[in-house]
Amino acid sequence: MRAFLDMGGYAAFIWPSYLVTLGVLVLNIIWARRSLARALQAARRRSAGPGEGA
Amino acid sequence: MRWTWFHRLASPPYLYGLAARLTPWFAWPAALLILGGLYAGLVLAPPDYQQGEGFRIIYVHVPSAWMSLMVYVIMGVAAAVGLIWRMKVAHAVAASCAPIGASFTVAALVTGSLWGKPMWGTWWEWDPRLTSELILLFLYLGFMGLRAGFDDTQRADRAGALLAIVGLVNVPIIHYSVIWWNSLHQAPSVMRFGKPAMPPAMLTPLLVLLLGFTLFFAAVLLVRVRAEILQRERAARWIGETLRT
Repeated sequence: MRAFLDMGGYAAFIWPSYLVTLGVLVLNIIWARRSLARALQAARRRSAGPGEGA
Repeated sequence: MRWTWFHRLASPPYLYGLAARLTPWFAWPAALLILGGLYAGLVLAPPDYQQGEGFRIIYVHVPSAWMSLMVYVIMGVAAAVGLIWRMKVAHAVAASCAPIGASFTVAALVTGSLWGKPMWGTWWEWDPRLTSELILLFLYLGFMGLRAGFDDTQRADRAGALLAIVGLVNVPIIHYSVIWWNSLHQAPSVMRFGKPAMPPAMLTPLLVLLLGFTLFFAAVLLVRVRAEILQRERAARWIGETLRT
């Protein structure tokens, strides 16, 4: 296990690379879902009826 | 030639419903392929005879770089379709592509830097491949910034589309930079004519990840396109009807 984590001495380069890429994947999921949730919320507010807000 | 499918795709309510139905069909295979590919790349693939374990950065660097280019091409083509045929949903696709592409361009640059340090002895070099990839990031950011500068969606669409289309010139420059100029960066070993220059045990995880990342892009794009359509069609009656069902 320690040998695997050490990655032949390249641990300091390999693990950050994987972490950054996984981070970008996860962020893309979060950002996309958040933008859809916001757009849905705004659309629901509008269809709930005119008169409140713009 | 029947163009009905194209016209149907151009209809916001149709595309909205289709995107919602299709998303899981891309998302779940993407998750399985990416997890399987990363495991295979980290554990199953043999170490490289020159770079040892260090070459394993390839399994995150190449898929990220592939995304940075593929997403840009799709963005540019969508922008052109939107401009030529005045197709609103094509502009919605282009606008949705930009943040995804920009984020993977950052991943490609950072993982490349982390690979360059141990192998080339430097984090960064003003080399043709590296510089053109950095320009790609600025094109994405410029596209997003330009769009954000307009209050009117139609004008934002048109101005952004022009920038995206002009920026397409950079895509072949990035791809061929390592062949046209003397570059620190190695020449293509997968996307080239003839056989890939990698043994199957190393290549297979990479191909799995390339497919996984591509499906991931499709899933994220479909979610973002729905959000874009909702914003653009806020005055349309179909939205209220769709939300109630």
